[in-house]
Amino acid sequence: MERFTVEALQTARQEAAVVLENPDVTHLMVCGGTGCHATGSIAVIDRLREEVAARDLADKVRVVETGCNGFCAAGPIMVVHPGDIFYQRLKTDDIPDIIEEHILKGQPVKKHFYKDPVSKKTIPVQNDIPFFAHQMPRALRNKGLIDPESIDDYIARDGYRGTAKALLEMSPDEIIEEVKASGLRGRGGAGFPAGMKWQFAKASPGDVKFVLCNADEGDPGAFMDRSILEADPHAVLEGMIIAARAINAHQGYVYARTEYPLAIRRLGIAIEQASERGLIGDDILGTGFNFHVEIYQGAGAFVCGEETALMRSIEGRRGMPRPRPPFPAHKGLWEKPTILNNVETLANVAQIILNGGAWYASVGTETSKGTKVFALSGDVNNIGLVEVPMGASLRQMIYDVGGGIPRKRKFKAVQLGGPSGGCVPEEYLDTPVDYEEIAKVGAIMGSGGAIVMDENTCMVDMARFFMDFIQDESCGKCTPCREGTRRQLELLIKICDGHGEPQDLDELERLSAVIKETALCGLGQTGPNPVLSTLRYFRDEYEAHIHAKQCPAKRCVALLKFEVNVDLCTRCGMCARACPVDAIEWEKKQLARIDKEKCIECLTCYDKCKFDAID
Amino acid sequence: MSPAFRPEHADIASDMWSQIDEIIAANRFVKGSVISVLRQCQDVVGYLPVELMEYIAGGMNLARSDVYGVASFYALFSFEPKGRHTVKVCTGTACYVKGIKEVISRICNEYDLEEGGTSPDMRFTLEPVRCLGACGLAPVMVVNSDTHGDVTSDKVVDILHTYD
Repeated sequence: MERFTVEALQTARQEAAVVLENPDVTHLMVCGGTGCHATGSIAVIDRLREEVAARDLADKVRVVETGCNGFCAAGPIMVVHPGDIFYQRLKTDDIPDIIEEHILKGQPVKKHFYKDPVSKKTIPVQNDIPFFAHQMPRALRNKGLIDPESIDDYIARDGYRGTAKALLEMSPDEIIEEVKASGLRGRGGAGFPAGMKWQFAKASPGDVKFVLCNADEGDPGAFMDRSILEADPHAVLEGMIIAARAINAHQGYVYARTEYPLAIRRLGIAIEQASERGLIGDDILGTGFNFHVEIYQGAGAFVCGEETALMRSIEGRRGMPRPRPPFPAHKGLWEKPTILNNVETLANVAQIILNGGAWYASVGTETSKGTKVFALSGDVNNIGLVEVPMGASLRQMIYDVGGGIPRKRKFKAVQLGGPSGGCVPEEYLDTPVDYEEIAKVGAIMGSGGAIVMDENTCMVDMARFFMDFIQDESCGKCTPCREGTRRQLELLIKICDGHGEPQDLDELERLSAVIKETALCGLGQTGPNPVLSTLRYFRDEYEAHIHAKQCPAKRCVALLKFEVNVDLCTRCGMCARACPVDAIEWEKKQLARIDKEKCIECLTCYDKCKFDAID
Repeated sequence: MSPAFRPEHADIASDMWSQIDEIIAANRFVKGSVISVLRQCQDVVGYLPVELMEYIAGGMNLARSDVYGVASFYALFSFEPKGRHTVKVCTGTACYVKGIKEVISRICNEYDLEEGGTSPDMRFTLEPVRCLGACGLAPVMVVNSDTHGDVTSDKVVDILHTYD
């Protein structure tokens, strides 16, 4: 394989762009993200390739397996270029028809178009769909547009131009200044300015330094980093190379979750391709600069997302954090100066270098610049990956992009920042996406998990869920986190089980304050946030559990009667049909009755009943 | 490396021991490689019996306590044999909001097992796992390497019936 010089890279870009932008070739971009794989996109791709071969269309049609398109709820997804026609929920049997009608006759097949759940209109063009129209792709600029396993596709879309510029035209200080000018802050959640971090590491004395990429995306309900790695792995590598140049490091590691096999595979392919072309390794682009990258797989420990714990883990030890200072910029991996940046942060870097820090900072608020990727999930119509400009409101994200709440239910809260974050209720939905503004309402920007919860979600149960997570993932090194989170969990279980006492709420608050104040690392310091934020906004629910022994959302099994409410039951039989163990007796126009002997308390009937008629 | 003494173990056949020796030999002098060695050895045997961890410690020239310390820290490593099929249920927030709790209790009831445990007939091992990042499909279950989305408490048994 030819090793690139700058001229060769430019020629390659022009040649690759001709293929990617050739108007005579129809591109069928099928989503190959984890979500669409699970709903059958691999079979769809195979079928497409068979049909294309059988009809001898290979010169006119290119079938591309892209990374995560982002609209996971509608998978398997295919987008046809030119035309930007969006097909959803495809099955293999739909393929011959689409090839016949759309590709050969030029008539897109309406039946597979997206249908807006609000307006009920069908929308053929991807960018007209509200889910896409309100987004601003920067970190995700290549999603759905390239084959993530092809470096040529990436190069066609300005790939490695940022690297070339940084290595050939800029000094390390200039790189750092550009990143500082962009206002880029850490997208892993804490929001520390990336340029500052690099500056500290550059200033640290030493010949051996490391650049690490944190792909240990552990927050439940977060899949931004997985999607970026699946859709555009080279963008992350470019960020690492540029960071390495800025601090003069020659070795990098990507610490990736073992639960993300597809992301790891694609990243591995990207590293191999970039190495073959001389874009990673020794003498990059003939500049004499060396930088090697390896993937390090995690082994299932949430705390390893914390920087010092992550470094311990790469060293082959128990992934337990240590007190800071010294900060990793001075003493990190193997006691050497180290920078650790999140996947999304790094994915922005090459664009910043290429287009300038001012370009990046032209979008956003006073203190938060650029865009932020969120993983929107839970009780929302358009589940998927969204990238919005900083300053957009949470309401826009949930209603305009997310399409609102399904099943005509009411919005209750959106949980931001996972187990370290908090929930934002209806009254604060106009809060803009901004590190400081979100913190003011008791949540955090976090890494980007945004879980929407409707009226049927019990907030005490949610607090218990997060505390269970934190307690289980606490590494046990410091006492406040090890013991404190356990005491908190016990209290929450007690309340959910109907044994709560009034003083329990004071105790929860007291414990929260102590843990936040004294825990060793970010996991413990932020662990009580879900409890505090639910207490702040939904104290009445806690009180209902404690005083009235009721769960208003009907989720806490111990507080439910499993009886049909005679006044509310419309005798429709939905519950009886839904019951997985036939524990509900019902005949036409008769009141339903639950047989408590047979009932396994699975709550399916509660979920199915539209009239809230089961107590 | 001279072939070390191989302990007797019912679950580790002699070809497995050869693979284990190769894994150790390849990583012996690689700094910080013990997690990777444990992972590869677990892939060979299916789990990590105490005898195997002791053998790895000897081969890697590490204290047994260090190897056990690492293995017991990470959720990936199991000290118990597993069933024929591994059922991973996602316990991330989106799956939780959408009812994975009910799915788990249904599986436990149907196959007489506990979270993290194996059914008496060694058919299924149920592993609650951290967010799989496939929230668009919530609730999500992964059987061996097949991902199933929109799994509800009434559908789950039909899916599992197809795994013998």
